[in-house]
Amino acid sequence: MHPLLQRVQQTFSVGITGLVEWRGDAAVTVSRDKLREVALFLRNDPGMDFDYIVHVSSVDWPDDEERFEVVWEIYSIRKRHRLRLKTRVPESDCVVDSLTDLWKGADFMEREVFDMMGIRFRNHPDLRRILMPDDYAEGYPLRKDFPLRGKGWRDTFDFLDEVPR
Amino acid sequence: MAFEDQRTTVYKINPEHPESETLPTLRTEELLLNMGPQHPSTHGVLKVILELEGERLVKSTPVMGYLHRGVEKLAEDGTYHQFIPHTDRLDYVCAMYNNFAYCRAVEKLLNLQVPERAEYLRTIVAEVQRIIGHQFWLSAQALDIGAMTVFFYCFRDREILLDWFDELCGARLTTSWYRIGGVERDLTSSLIDKLKQFLDYFPPKIDEYQVFLERNRIWLGRTKGVAVISAEDAVSFGLSGPVLRGSGVDYDLRKYEPYSAYPKCEFNVPVGKNGDTYDRYWIRVMELYESVKIIRQCLEQMQDGPIMADVPSVTLPPKERVFTNLEAMIQQFKLFSQGFDAPPGEIYCGTEAHKGELGFYIVSTGGGKPYRLKIRAPSFVHMGAFDHMARGYMISDACTIFGTYDIVMGECDR
Repeated sequence: MHPLLQRVQQTFSVGITGLVEWRGDAAVTVSRDKLREVALFLRNDPGMDFDYIVHVSSVDWPDDEERFEVVWEIYSIRKRHRLRLKTRVPESDCVVDSLTDLWKGADFMEREVFDMMGIRFRNHPDLRRILMPDDYAEGYPLRKDFPLRGKGWRDTFDFLDEVPR
Repeated sequence: MAFEDQRTTVYKINPEHPESETLPTLRTEELLLNMGPQHPSTHGVLKVILELEGERLVKSTPVMGYLHRGVEKLAEDGTYHQFIPHTDRLDYVCAMYNNFAYCRAVEKLLNLQVPERAEYLRTIVAEVQRIIGHQFWLSAQALDIGAMTVFFYCFRDREILLDWFDELCGARLTTSWYRIGGVERDLTSSLIDKLKQFLDYFPPKIDEYQVFLERNRIWLGRTKGVAVISAEDAVSFGLSGPVLRGSGVDYDLRKYEPYSAYPKCEFNVPVGKNGDTYDRYWIRVMELYESVKIIRQCLEQMQDGPIMADVPSVTLPPKERVFTNLEAMIQQFKLFSQGFDAPPGEIYCGTEAHKGELGFYIVSTGGGKPYRLKIRAPSFVHMGAFDHMARGYMISDACTIFGTYDIVMGECDR
């Protein structure tokens, strides 16, 4: 097993729901209530030392009980290793702890996840839509039940008739 | 009190003056200024709401998404091959590097080995693209700051390389030359000659760019000590590329996680000290020399061989065979209509583009289409640090800061 995963497994007896290594990428899935604790360990432990945030992302699995997966990809500049930290949230309670205080860059990235997937981040300093307009009312475009061509919002736009000459 | 606004302060010019009662009062208040979305120095359509105290920036809030096209959603609807042209439209100034980053990610997902010649070709073209990107950046940044001459000199040399791209793949900007498993076509001897000529021609021109700027008092005044970010903050914000290296962190994926033909080439990664705009400028100019070095070494080391991996279930057949051979035509048709069967799993693959770390996070559940594709765009991440870096500087420095990120909104908004 990947040494990082081993270390995480040894440190936390409960709350780790998945350890996967595939194509050289290590991924840890933690339960939602343990997320902050694990993230703090990964950030501050001298052997881990994950100081760099690569991206925050989300995946929609509509058939699962815990529908959404939130993904933080982190890297250590000094130790040169990378890890994927994941957690799952159900649709009925789409809230997860924000990690903006550990990695400042997570601010915009988590906002994007909120905008695209509708997952709320607790204690996020400025949780607003970032790419879609503020008054966008069709929901969250990257969810799997969102049609590719949108839900018809664009058809309501006023278009100018042909300009009379 | 006439002014009830909390932000308003009323000053008497001199309260002890005997005629104080009749003197006018000075009122100061914070001013909210919309910069953009149509402002030439925002490099696209970006709006920033600036809170000002006098001419100082107190807080700036980027408003993005004017160029949002839903590329990540579109990716879920097409096959892996069909997404390559979409990547051209991310950072439309440097399409080759986006193709490269995407193809590398898919190859990691498939565990596909690329032939050696293809790796060299990829590295050569990626470095040519890096030169174009840095030239474009240098001209745009200098133009924003008011040095117009450099713009013409950079564009003169950039034109040579764009024509070279034109001859290579038929397009100057939206190239789509990389393929999953290799590249679309080989360099002809005419292209190699032209590139060699350019490599001899170009280094003196880099000196020329520097002469314009490095003794230019306005340039120095507007870049030295402007938009300083400490190494610790830069890492915490997830900055990458020259913006991070300007703060003294030597994070470069070409060295940290070597890929393609980079491990076989000798080159340096320039690292700055002060974390200001000038250091980031210096890094990019030094990288131009390094790119020339890398291309020279690749041209020397490159051996003949195939330019596409031979895995018929994944890679495209050569174009000339498609039109003459039935099996090749079926292969091409099946790959574009159904795609290839990717194994279920998820990967992240980052590539050092000239702006910074361009990464693709792909989740596959099997089948021909990605289940989820997330683009880690350096421009988007850099915008997250804008408020932090702009605080306390003048309005005119806001343009400098956009420029120093080398921001392209197509990539930022996706």
